[in-house]
Amino acid sequence: MQNKRKERIFLDPIFRNNPVTVQILGICSALAVTVKLQSAVVMALSLTFVVAFSNVIVSLLRKTIPGRIRIIVQLVVVAFLVIVVDQFLKAYFFDISKQLSVFVGLIITNCIVMGRLEAFAMSNSPKRSLIDGLANGLGYGFILIVVAFFRELLGSGTIWNYQVVPQAFYDAGYMNNGLMIMPPMALIAVGIIVWIQRAHQQRKEEGK
Amino acid sequence: MDKNKNSYIFIYSVILVVVVAGVLSLVAVLLQPKQAKNLEIEQKRNILAALKVTPETKDVETTYAKMVKEIAVDEAGNEVASDDALKLYVANTDKGIKYVFPLSGKGLWGPIWGYLSLNEDLNTVYGAYFDHKSETSGLGAEIATEHFQSQFSGKKIFDKSNKFVSVKTNKRGASNDNEVNAISGATITSTSVNEMIESCLKSYLPYIEKSRK
Repeated sequence: MQNKRKERIFLDPIFRNNPVTVQILGICSALAVTVKLQSAVVMALSLTFVVAFSNVIVSLLRKTIPGRIRIIVQLVVVAFLVIVVDQFLKAYFFDISKQLSVFVGLIITNCIVMGRLEAFAMSNSPKRSLIDGLANGLGYGFILIVVAFFRELLGSGTIWNYQVVPQAFYDAGYMNNGLMIMPPMALIAVGIIVWIQRAHQQRKEEGK
Repeated sequence: MDKNKNSYIFIYSVILVVVVAGVLSLVAVLLQPKQAKNLEIEQKRNILAALKVTPETKDVETTYAKMVKEIAVDEAGNEVASDDALKLYVANTDKGIKYVFPLSGKGLWGPIWGYLSLNEDLNTVYGAYFDHKSETSGLGAEIATEHFQSQFSGKKIFDKSNKFVSVKTNKRGASNDNEVNAISGATITSTSVNEMIESCLKSYLPYIEKSRK
């Protein structure tokens, strides 16, 4: 029983209750950083780190946090972790930090982070909060990576900056789809994923 | 203990803020040298980009050291050794000696900057590199793209009567050797690029004229 619950804490946010496709949170950054797979992966890792650790910290502090300023305390914790991530990227992944520019800073306002803190970490143990944070970060990252994979493949003909569409295709008249690089296409791609997932889930529920 | 008492809230927030500030300062201080190094490499990479040399990140420093010499000039156009004078970069490329001038100005939303390299005649543009902090993507941000920057190659900063006119963007399209195409929809950024190039080159004008003779 106990184990089953833990499993659900971990698996739910990745599929059945995905923060992006089901709760439609964190869409803004999902649109902005998914042109290239590389930046999507770094963003996914950064967000996972921030959600997981802010969940743990807030959960550790949850019995001491005064109710009236709890949102402010949560924000301080999140902002603190985001700045650490930002500084770290600037020091060790300078090129990527240039691409991600403001979006790392905007993790502070990512609804997923605040949502998990308020909904989960404030009322659960640090261990479970850690699992919940990791799972939500990965759920978000999973969507980001899927979207980025298709946008980079169709928009630039590359994957992880390696050319995968052979030159022969271009010679035969194939062209990269410029629309894929633009933000609207990310919205459409996320929409398609939401559609697929909902249709799939509905069928499963009706089949029960 | 009553967690909603004012004194508790006050003390709690003070402790929280002090702890967080302390840890953040520590992180900033520890990572600072590494970040400064990155910025330095980035600057060198930009200078090399204006020279149409684009090495891998790990080779930037060695390539730069091999090719580029930093010099400084004063307002009268004399070469000086002091640090607060105008800086420029002399590069020894396989296509001859090039002069690289640093540019900085303000765009629509924030700072824009770049480097412009001139051929040995100090008139013909060899290459240009621009970047920006926060211009509109798809419009003003286009100044950081290859297709905008490559237009500058071969343009001249003096007109036919040998008067300094700088290189300008023209909304109606480049019509002579001193103009390049502006970016549609990004009038302010395009004009800012004009102003940046003109005002920055102007301060080097005494040196340029002196060296041309």
